[in-house]
Amino acid sequence: MSTLNPSLDHASPHGHAGHGHHELGFVRTYLFSTDHKMIGIQFLMTTLLMMLVGGLFALGVRWQLAWPWERMPFYGDKLFPGEGGQISPEAYTMLFTMHASVMTFLVVIPILGGAFGNLLIPLQIGAPDMAFPKLNMLSYWFFLPAIVCFGMATVIDGGAAAGWTSYPLLSVLRDAAPGSRDAQTWWLFGVTFVGVSSMMGSINYITTIINMRAPGMTLFRMPLTIWAMLITAILQAFALPVLTSAGLMQLSDRLLGTCFFIPAGVIVNNAAPTVGGGQPLLWQHLFWFYSHPAVYIMLLPAMGMVSDMLACMCRKPIFGYKPMVFSMATIAGLGFIVWGHHMYASGMNPALGMTFMVATIMIALPSAIKTFNWIGTMWGGRLQFNAVLLNCVAFVSMFVIGGLSGIFMAAVPVDVYIHDTYFIVAHFHYILFGSTLFGVFAAIQFWFPKFFGRMMNDTVAKCHFVLTFIGFNLTFFPMHLLGIAGMPRRYADYLHLPYLEHLGPMNQFMTYAAMLMGSAQILLIGNFFLSMFFGPKAGRNPWHANSLEWFAPSPPPHGNFDVPPIVYHGPYEYSSPLSGDKDYLPQTEYVPLAQRRQVDAH
Amino acid sequence: MGGKLWALFFMLTALAALAATFAGPLLGVGFPGDGRAYTTIGVKIDSLFMLILWIVVVVFIGTQLALGYVLWKGAEAATTGRPAQFSHGNPTLEVIWTIIPAAILLFLAIYQMDVWAEYRIKTMIPKANEVVAEVTARQFEWRIRYPQAGKPLGLRPQPDDVHTVNDLRVPVGRSVSINLRTEDVQHSFFVPHLRIKQDAVPGKVIPVWFHVTKAGEYDLVCAELCGWGHYKMKARVLAMPEDEFQAWKKQIAVEQFTDGVTAAAPDSNQTPNTAE
Repeated sequence: MSTLNPSLDHASPHGHAGHGHHELGFVRTYLFSTDHKMIGIQFLMTTLLMMLVGGLFALGVRWQLAWPWERMPFYGDKLFPGEGGQISPEAYTMLFTMHASVMTFLVVIPILGGAFGNLLIPLQIGAPDMAFPKLNMLSYWFFLPAIVCFGMATVIDGGAAAGWTSYPLLSVLRDAAPGSRDAQTWWLFGVTFVGVSSMMGSINYITTIINMRAPGMTLFRMPLTIWAMLITAILQAFALPVLTSAGLMQLSDRLLGTCFFIPAGVIVNNAAPTVGGGQPLLWQHLFWFYSHPAVYIMLLPAMGMVSDMLACMCRKPIFGYKPMVFSMATIAGLGFIVWGHHMYASGMNPALGMTFMVATIMIALPSAIKTFNWIGTMWGGRLQFNAVLLNCVAFVSMFVIGGLSGIFMAAVPVDVYIHDTYFIVAHFHYILFGSTLFGVFAAIQFWFPKFFGRMMNDTVAKCHFVLTFIGFNLTFFPMHLLGIAGMPRRYADYLHLPYLEHLGPMNQFMTYAAMLMGSAQILLIGNFFLSMFFGPKAGRNPWHANSLEWFAPSPPPHGNFDVPPIVYHGPYEYSSPLSGDKDYLPQTEYVPLAQRRQVDAH
Repeated sequence: MGGKLWALFFMLTALAALAATFAGPLLGVGFPGDGRAYTTIGVKIDSLFMLILWIVVVVFIGTQLALGYVLWKGAEAATTGRPAQFSHGNPTLEVIWTIIPAAILLFLAIYQMDVWAEYRIKTMIPKANEVVAEVTARQFEWRIRYPQAGKPLGLRPQPDDVHTVNDLRVPVGRSVSINLRTEDVQHSFFVPHLRIKQDAVPGKVIPVWFHVTKAGEYDLVCAELCGWGHYKMKARVLAMPEDEFQAWKKQIAVEQFTDGVTAAAPDSNQTPNTAE
């Protein structure tokens, strides 16, 4: 199966000690490292920092929505001295644009692929490192310029102003908005850099997973995390070039005078009429052709990780391993033909709405199958109620809400009403925050001992979970109601509209909840950094888990395994009758063939 | 013991979500206005919404109850020390929970096709419809152009056209069309009370047709980000009975073409320029 696998030669204990990773200096160890774990930790730290930045943008948005045009406390006078400490409409546009851009491109996508993909893929398949370690390092070093570009997009000209979707013509014509002058160009450079960074990652992941599995690690013995990462990497490899080239087309429209997206004769702010010949809808098609699959890029890895963690915390094999794999593949496949559901009201031929509607509604099916299988995994288990499990259960529970609210939007006629209202905002926050980020919180807690050698504090993590979970629901659930009431997104002030003026108190309530949620993250940061130095030491396998990463030392050395792993069975043999007096059966533990057949027959 | 509390915690969250869903309309946060849609398609949209809502609520309750049950049982097992069940799944269950949701979802997809088809595909632009006005969005207002009473709307502005800003008037009781354009960036024509939404795309003239069923004043807002003043593209749609609408058109033409010096206002029959 793994004929190309070099791990047997490379991972032998003396073989690797000879390479002498301890000779590497500080710079090669911590900055320009080619070790997948260090790169993963670099991504993790950077994305967590960016999560704080994106969260502060969000709190600015919430401040304006709760108390429009009031002087912002603490930072208002410093950030907006010209406006008397108020958030101006331009600044508000910048805030939600950069909140979404940062959270999507600098947090959720890289924390799943860049951080956890890097940390887990080689370890879980029993490889010493990624297939292309230098490419891996480059992917992180392409990520940093993206942060600089997004930073420029935030401060220049008052900030990019076209939303994270960057729809033309607002984004293309320099006179359309203050932020469409140079800030938008920086924004596009930023997207290009993250695109290249993710592309390097995904090529690396595909190659590594296909070529470098340990002996005995057949495809259907891979943990679901690895399946999710593989499927995500494939999705990314096919979808991302579309966004990158669309971004370059938009850049050339802005800088080189082309007209891919600009029709003739448009006059913006008394500027000269455009020459034109282009079509703004083209951007929407290209953008969503990437950005819809991107929704699954932002979800599937979390689904995989949650499956692994749930099985471990319930001490039970995952329920329906193959259905889980196939439904992830189905989600990925269908994900490519549903982009049009973002465009029901866009002026696209209405008949197209029908096909997109059927595909979109059917994508709920694999999602439902996965949900039932997670519940099946918990059913009859012996649940360890620690913060990992709680965050995983929150993932499932919030995914149910986010998935069900998606059905409203899939329906073309209903979507025509709720499109671009707060209902949409509620829906995607339930998926991206409620599901993905709770999955990420669980994953941080779960794999922390592997990478830092120490345990995180469970009580603090539980407090963090409870506060975040309550704050999250109180912030985002009411958004469904706002959407039904017809409150449009991206409004700096809705109170002047007669049909929305009664929504002020509700928005204030949501802002208080968002502040609670935001301040709860202090617990996470504190727990993370204090545990790194003072947490109790963890052995190789503190959770009694089965998959290969727990077979390596904590933290694993350069080259990962001191003893080359050989895999004998799947990663979910918890509470197996073959496991003897313990309730888990590591993948490396030899079981005679006849007995293994018995287990497989289960 | 802690485990059962957590199971309760998750069940309470689900219960609160359910309560909030149904408390919304009671607290005045439901569909805008009195909660009813005043176009023919709006009524269909609302009934579809309610159908989906009920299906979703049933599925939500079922899933959350199952989740609560397994959490509760799992907590019990953890305290009593009962070992976890060793099972890799159940093919029969997989088939059941594939087929049933598939049937429900397919039903939903096919059931609502008809509504969309009736309003946007079979009759994308009903031939009999009068195009009452051209609505041109721009940063940050709505400019509306009506033809002179008794004349059809020309694709290009005519000298005798009547113009208003942020004030769209349409007759009730019959289906009418508007031509939606934008002068600069993308906008979206959104009338929440009427459940109408259509993006205005640069370079395109998009026909939007609807049938308002009740006279009244409705808010018209922009639903697609169009610049810093996106939030303030506030206008109104005034739906009026047929005769009032015609009278208003005559009167506004008089107001527009009377310069205050010459007393005679152009009648609809003797407009300044009828050549086309």
